[in-house]
Amino acid sequence: MSRRLGYDGVVLASPVTIPYERFSTRGAHWFLGRAMRALVETSGLDKAAIDGLCATSFSLAPDTAIGVTEHLGLSPRWLDYVPLGGASGMIALRRAARAVQTGDAEIVACVAADTNQTDSFRRSTAAFSQFAQDAVYPYGSGGPNASFALLTDHYMRTFGARPEDFGKVCVAQRRNSLDFPHALFRSELTLEQYLNSPLIADPIRLYDCVMPCAGAEAFLVMREETARTQGLPHVYLLGAIERHNAFADDPIQERGGWAADRDDLFAQAGIGPGEIDFLQAYDDYPVIIFLQLEDLGFCGKGEARAFVQDNDLTNAGSFPVNTSGGQLSVGQAGAAGGYLGLVEAIRQLSGQAVGGVVPDARYGLVSGFGMINYDRGLSTGAAVLAA
Amino acid sequence: MSMSDHGPSPKRRNPVLPPRRPTLPPVARTRHALGLSAAAAIGEFALQECRECGAVQYPPREACRSCLSDMLTWRPDNGAGTLLASTVVRRPYELYFREHAPWPTGLVRLDCGVSVVAFLHRACPEAEGRVRVRAYLDRAGRAVLVALPEQEVPDMSEDPLLKAFGNAPKGRNVLVTDGRSDLGQAMALAALKAGAETVWVGVSDPWKAPPGFKALEETPGITVLSLDVTEGQSVETLAGQIGGKVDILINTAEFHRTHSALSRRGVETARAEMDVNYFGLLRLGQAFGPAMCSRAAEKPKNAVAWVNVLSVFALANYPQQGTFSASKAAALSLAQCLRAEFRSSGLRVLNVFPGPVDEDWNQLELPPKLAPAKLASAIVRALEDGIEDLYPDPIARDWHERWRADPKVLEMELTA
Ligand SMILES: [Zn+2]
Repeated sequence: MSRRLGYDGVVLASPVTIPYERFSTRGAHWFLGRAMRALVETSGLDKAAIDGLCATSFSLAPDTAIGVTEHLGLSPRWLDYVPLGGASGMIALRRAARAVQTGDAEIVACVAADTNQTDSFRRSTAAFSQFAQDAVYPYGSGGPNASFALLTDHYMRTFGARPEDFGKVCVAQRRNSLDFPHALFRSELTLEQYLNSPLIADPIRLYDCVMPCAGAEAFLVMREETARTQGLPHVYLLGAIERHNAFADDPIQERGGWAADRDDLFAQAGIGPGEIDFLQAYDDYPVIIFLQLEDLGFCGKGEARAFVQDNDLTNAGSFPVNTSGGQLSVGQAGAAGGYLGLVEAIRQLSGQAVGGVVPDARYGLVSGFGMINYDRGLSTGAAVLAA
Repeated sequence: MSMSDHGPSPKRRNPVLPPRRPTLPPVARTRHALGLSAAAAIGEFALQECRECGAVQYPPREACRSCLSDMLTWRPDNGAGTLLASTVVRRPYELYFREHAPWPTGLVRLDCGVSVVAFLHRACPEAEGRVRVRAYLDRAGRAVLVALPEQEVPDMSEDPLLKAFGNAPKGRNVLVTDGRSDLGQAMALAALKAGAETVWVGVSDPWKAPPGFKALEETPGITVLSLDVTEGQSVETLAGQIGGKVDILINTAEFHRTHSALSRRGVETARAEMDVNYFGLLRLGQAFGPAMCSRAAEKPKNAVAWVNVLSVFALANYPQQGTFSASKAAALSLAQCLRAEFRSSGLRVLNVFPGPVDEDWNQLELPPKLAPAKLASAIVRALEDGIEDLYPDPIARDWHERWRADPKVLEMELTA
């Protein structure tokens, strides 16, 4: 494999969260606007100094990123729109990093925001994609719960994972969210509560599901010297991958695109899985965390169950996973869910944590997964960040 | 009148309660996905196949996933496959699915190499077991796939899914609009045999007592009522009497003469054909349609289907029966309109396209001719399967195949 150009000199700064709400009467533009404002305020930059914009939203229609520029009075010389759900953060980061490296933009704002109105989740699920509309939604309209239920059922049968294995992850993440101010769920969850929660789409239980909500996540990408000049705490991008529609011939999804690209990721980053201090994994739903643990090389295929049982996944534990509580505890603000782990990783590695802290963390791995277009998630991405 | 072995009649609905508003499964499909529904409408399961490289495609699409060709054609599939995973959707987003939850669904790997999301028949084996996938039309008239156990099991059709997608006469009230013909009588008996609770049979002039009619009248479960589809008042009167109770209407009323356009002078025969075959259907539609639509979501017994006995000559004119063909073509066009207008209620329309039926006015047609009793039982099966268009005999299927391939070529063959 030919070595890709590294991301030397590219940093991430100004992690921003606009507090989540279960439902909101505001539109996506409001949340994008709040996030941009927060980026300007926390960075001390002039709005006009932000000359690149990458926007992510599912609830922006009929607008795309271009509408956002006029709405918010921005005049970027580099613009991108990445509505790729749970993989949006990784992919936006990769695009923005290259733009900064080449000088096409000095400072890129990566912003993900979605609103959530009472019926909006049903409507966006019904028309999520052509294939979903034609070949999934008419089968009981179970939405993502039903799609992930099939993947979970298959994974459990094939690799022997049990409900308590998934429950252990949910319980640990909830523990991590107890100190995180933006989490919608901030009360202890016990394994017993998890196991006793009602089935939504067998074997998916209530506590396997994320809560759709409204909110925004954002960060800035710039060159290291720009961050130093501004006096901004920052983290380094050591490596990043993305993949779409991997392993299309697999009859059912039991591995994600990470499996195709993880060697490239770690080669680019110059470190191995053993040096990673925490994992921000895409956690809608727990089975996808299991795939990430395996496909990113933390354990072998089918071994995530043992890995989870052998490790303490809380912030003080042997292998912290989703240090803010993840979407399972914080909520899923639409496509901003694909930024949650990235923004949290920047905080952890730049001494800006607002909740629980992973002590002495040097390297973090962030991973994204998204776009169940038909029967499987199509987009995967991952990035290695360093303090 | 009601047969005791089908249990007590359901309680009458409390008239003070609001009527049950019909809800439907999602109707939206892309244009290229409608091929699946078009095949399901005649009881087939079909998949797209690439004419260039042979790759089978699912979900339906516009370009080959393998070689990027745009030449994708629908071909029947036997549906054989392996169940890979299953779930039970307990919290649907759509009202229709909520009303009937839970829904067992799964992912099936078909032997032809594609994975399909499908509903699961309750007798399906666990994952990794063998199943066969069939396409059914749902209440919105759109195709959905159902995985069935590989082998028939007892009470196969009692599965709630198949009952929801089908329009079986069992336990329902059926109106056969004309009992004078052999087909009308056979239809009444077939509906009764299929477990209909009540079979009403319309007859325009009962005092004429056509052959076999006496026996029909004396059959328990069958009630003869006065109905002349050429008289608006007669249709309205009967609708006032039983219109709020009819679950399945089977329109067998037909005026059939065997003339070409030029073999007679004047339009009286053609007008009589139109009056029964076309205007009769329109009168029935206006009198019975709205009440049946309003009962399409009623529980426990609801209006489910409207059957039109047309003719395969509705597809293309058969000059030896030219004016009859024209009247059936008009009826087909109107039936399509009724189907569209019934759609939002969930009331389904079954159009039947028989070839020559073995009856007096076809005496000069060469065999094979379709026996009325065979046609009647084919209609019952079509109702049970929930299909939309029935071609019940070899001649009908042959015509349909030619018509599908090229209607212009069929016309040329018929006018040779
Ligand atoms: Zn091809």
